[in-house]
Amino acid sequence: MSGHDHGDDGLSRRKVLECMTWAGTGVLWTVTGGVPRSLGIIDSAQAATAPGMTFLQISDSHVGFDKPANPNALGTLEEAVNKINAMPEKPSFMIHTGDITHLSKAAEFDNAERIISQTKLDVHYVPGEHDFIDEEVKLYRERYGRGTKGHGWYSFDAGGVHFIGLVNVVDLKGGGLGNLGAEQLAWLEDDLRGKSKSTPVVLFAHIPLWTVYPQWGWGTEDGARALDYVKGFGSVTVLNGHIHQVMQKVEGNVTFHTARSTAFPQPAPGAAPSPGPMKVEDAKLRAMLGVASINFKQGDQRLAIIDTPLQG
Amino acid sequence: MTKINRRDFGLVVAAAVLLPVATARADNDMEVHIDNFVFAPAELKVKVGTTVTWTNRDDIPHTIVSAGKFRSKTLDTDDKFSFTFTSAGDYKYFCSLHPHMTGMIKVE
Ligand SMILES: [Cu+2]
Repeated sequence: MSGHDHGDDGLSRRKVLECMTWAGTGVLWTVTGGVPRSLGIIDSAQAATAPGMTFLQISDSHVGFDKPANPNALGTLEEAVNKINAMPEKPSFMIHTGDITHLSKAAEFDNAERIISQTKLDVHYVPGEHDFIDEEVKLYRERYGRGTKGHGWYSFDAGGVHFIGLVNVVDLKGGGLGNLGAEQLAWLEDDLRGKSKSTPVVLFAHIPLWTVYPQWGWGTEDGARALDYVKGFGSVTVLNGHIHQVMQKVEGNVTFHTARSTAFPQPAPGAAPSPGPMKVEDAKLRAMLGVASINFKQGDQRLAIIDTPLQG
Repeated sequence: MTKINRRDFGLVVAAAVLLPVATARADNDMEVHIDNFVFAPAELKVKVGTTVTWTNRDDIPHTIVSAGKFRSKTLDTDDKFSFTFTSAGDYKYFCSLHPHMTGMIKVE
């Protein structure tokens, strides 16, 4: 093991566990008073009546994955979709934070589309590195890239919020982390120019824009540049996937949130020899999927790694 | 070390019998394995003309990329990639999906 201090995480995780209630497969967000706020994962969120606009986040479906950690990733995606369809009130739209597929195969994209389209929700995607590995790296872009810039970045407005989808899985450099690149950063700066600082901003990308655990590549080389551009804004929410577990951090006006996978869990930073798929007992698999709700103390700078089971 | 029992001895004999075939092939062949998102060995010294074969033993796909030199397809579990080094030099390489994974082949 490296000399990094993770000795405290177990304790803080247990603390967090105590105040968690949840089950579900996607994070439901609401925008009230212009500020995005997580209502928690679908099942627990349903109890609360959401004022204002709501939207959902799902992530890391890995359609095509068939290894022991979850031999049927398409099946668990379908379970997630069934839960979404059972929601009493339809969210306005959904965000998918990447790794839709496992090997970027046409059939995997087709299967993912067939299941996700059953939500009948408008879905805004960003690619994960697993969606960008076909030979010509065109399947993702052909399917989801219409109207996007560069490798697939774009922005849109909804419910008074400015949403920005970023791509940090292309042109990765040896030894490095996720990467946005100069072209995308220039576009981002331009996209934000002239926006009122009171406009709530939601940035979403696959790999965390903040440094979670560089030893496993969990961070974005030039993510700080992107965060610089949104510094002056009153409310900034950063959503990502990639690490298949919930983490939440608040830094000034910026809230960071990573989502669970609908396919397989990954270990907490440094808790295993590698970030590879975590094999859990079959009975416990679904307890590790979906996305957790978030209970965090405002202004708490500590990283909370939330590991609560979906099923008891 | 314990003394060689009969079963182990049998294996040694079998290995010895296979040796001529194995060396004929293995002389110029070297292996790198990927386990737990790590190239092992991380650094390999080989002679010009050596073929190195990488095997992905993870449940997650990886690639082997040396900028401007070689680039594997995406290797799924148990997939292999081979490259024959025909000129001396240091070949730094990495996984383009997980760029924190790096390795080096020194060809002399
Ligand atoms: Cu890799």
